[in-house]
Amino acid sequence: MLMTGAQILIEELVNQGVETVFGYPGGTVLNIYDELYKNAHRINHVISAHEQGAAHAADGYSRASGKTGVVIATSGPGATNLVTGIANAYLDSVPMIAITGNVATELIGKDSFQEVDTVGITQPIVKHNFVVRDINMLESTIKEAFLIASSGRKGPVLIDIPKSIQLQTCEYTNTPVKLQSYHEKPHNDFEAALDKIKNCTKPYIYCGGGVIASGAENEVMELSKRLSAPVGLSMMGITAIPNSYSLNLGMCGMHGKYAASKAQSECDLMIAVGVRFSDRATGKIAEYTKNCTVIHIDIDNAELDKNVKSQIGLCGDVKEILNVLLNDIQPFKNSNWLDEIESYKKYDVLEADSRFSPHMIIETVNDWADKNTVVATDVGQHQMWTMQFYKFEKSKTLLTSGGLGAMGFGLGAAIGGCMAKGKKKTILFTSDGSFGMNLTELATAVSQNLPIVIIILNNGVLGMVRQWQTMFFDERYSQTTLNRKTNFSAVAKAFGADGYRVQSLSELSDALAQAKGDVPCVIDCMIDMDEKVLPMIPPGGSIKDIVLKG
Amino acid sequence: MDKKFTVGLIVSNHFGVLNRVAGLYAKRGFNIDSLAVGTTENPKYSRMTIVSSGDVDIQKQVIKQLQKLHDVKKIFMFDNGCTVSVEHLLIKISVESGNNTKASGLINSYGGKVRDFGADFITAEVTGETCIIDDFIKSCEAFDILELCRSGSISMACGTENMLSVKKFN
Repeated sequence: MLMTGAQILIEELVNQGVETVFGYPGGTVLNIYDELYKNAHRINHVISAHEQGAAHAADGYSRASGKTGVVIATSGPGATNLVTGIANAYLDSVPMIAITGNVATELIGKDSFQEVDTVGITQPIVKHNFVVRDINMLESTIKEAFLIASSGRKGPVLIDIPKSIQLQTCEYTNTPVKLQSYHEKPHNDFEAALDKIKNCTKPYIYCGGGVIASGAENEVMELSKRLSAPVGLSMMGITAIPNSYSLNLGMCGMHGKYAASKAQSECDLMIAVGVRFSDRATGKIAEYTKNCTVIHIDIDNAELDKNVKSQIGLCGDVKEILNVLLNDIQPFKNSNWLDEIESYKKYDVLEADSRFSPHMIIETVNDWADKNTVVATDVGQHQMWTMQFYKFEKSKTLLTSGGLGAMGFGLGAAIGGCMAKGKKKTILFTSDGSFGMNLTELATAVSQNLPIVIIILNNGVLGMVRQWQTMFFDERYSQTTLNRKTNFSAVAKAFGADGYRVQSLSELSDALAQAKGDVPCVIDCMIDMDEKVLPMIPPGGSIKDIVLKG
Repeated sequence: MDKKFTVGLIVSNHFGVLNRVAGLYAKRGFNIDSLAVGTTENPKYSRMTIVSSGDVDIQKQVIKQLQKLHDVKKIFMFDNGCTVSVEHLLIKISVESGNNTKASGLINSYGGKVRDFGADFITAEVTGETCIIDDFIKSCEAFDILELCRSGSISMACGTENMLSVKKFN
């Protein structure tokens, strides 16, 4: 069927199963938006307040649903505003398609109005990107882009479509495409891996975001049960294993649980599944795996031996690899090791208190939510507290900026997550600093009638930086004491949302009880500026350097 | 220990690919000593030869990261002992009437050709392994080097086992 480029784009999005796209119109995407108008019954478009919010929403949508998120922006500033969102998806391996308009092909390279080299700018932060210069390549390019984004190690793919291509016509043929690779597959030595597993006495599983991306949650659980092996989680892997599982030790690393990091340092075999050994997770590399053999399982061959040298690397889809291993793993139990683990856990026990502390605030919200509730966070202290205190039970219920650590991610992500879950109750934990970055997206949440409950842990300072200034810079609080007079509850009301300022747990509970099913609700929780995130393994340190109490 | 190493790549032949490959080296902090690129017998593909230096871990990372680029179709790390590598040099040296013959003699001894000359200069073309080219340039320092241009090394594995052939490509 003969179609314009803009029509082909919409047709192919529908064909790819896309139901919701996020974006912001502009000069070079007018034709695409015209087709979105005509196809509103087939594709739901959510307009954001800023393209960055739309990109984070597509990211959050993808994380919550497991589908590929889609964001559309115009050329020039539209494209540059996507950059943080694309980088965020790239560093956390989130499948996303970013579609940008660009000036007509004959105007490219002439510094035309709203022209930037979008492909050049985004090249280091995408899995791949395309400029479509020939209408005949448009359909196959979109198909290829979706395949690239969602296969192997997932990630964002950008398609830059000049305005002239959107206007030209060609046949939409719906011809399937295949990704051609001529690279040799890496050899996996399963025998050697099984041998190491058979001969270990203190097994430990380090589980990351790759487990969720692969859908291997059950396999990791089975492996843990079979070997009676405790599981430590990277931040990206936190929802892979239920919090209530007895051998789940929680997050490892800089602000992880003592038990998770201690058990890691004492194990004799670490089975690392779908992790990339970020510096925030490992601390000092030389100390990190001093006492153990490492079996590293990951879909990305380049991750094997990149940061941590493994004795055995198994490259491939982690679910498939775990299933191969599980076929030959006999049940094993070392009671001494389990006793040792139990003794470590004691350090992580938190006493309930009546203080209006981050711990109790998060617990109160946790009790109000249910286990399917999607939780988004921004970046900083509140994010770490969420990882430490929120009891995640279901996979894909956490939307957080891991690799990039982008303040301002949360609200957009919460909007995307909420849309992905059919506008069900969604939580955002944020802070006065992070929320201040992109709070204009409240407008989007209001116009979409999204029941997002926004918990601001408001300490009046940039808490994480302040904590480092306290610990490493002799309390010289350079530019972290904000002295703002922002009334977030009034801001919320001005946007058409509900807003509360609370100073006690009972006020918090009352505010939560007021939250409606179709209006965002901002609850501004006033906490102390010197609340710290602990434990903390200082940067470049090891478990020996862990600070447990402030 | 840092060692020079050479990789050969078959890549899609369209604009921006060189940028992606060079950008990958830059963003990962890998150094490029030389890079040469040209189309293959199949115009859909180009072949690159990239010489860089790094320890074994870096060498492995370079290969693995390059393999992830969508436009990189095939890759091979050359073994220094079993590879034909050559580089092309154009060099313009200043000569006075007296040492004209001496310069021609030097060029001849390296199997080079005089491609252009005038009353006070000679432009020579020399082909050879990088170390030979280095030697030749050093010898030319006896004259005044006006300008020079090196192509960067191009490499091909010996024998027929490790070919970067595009024959079976679509």
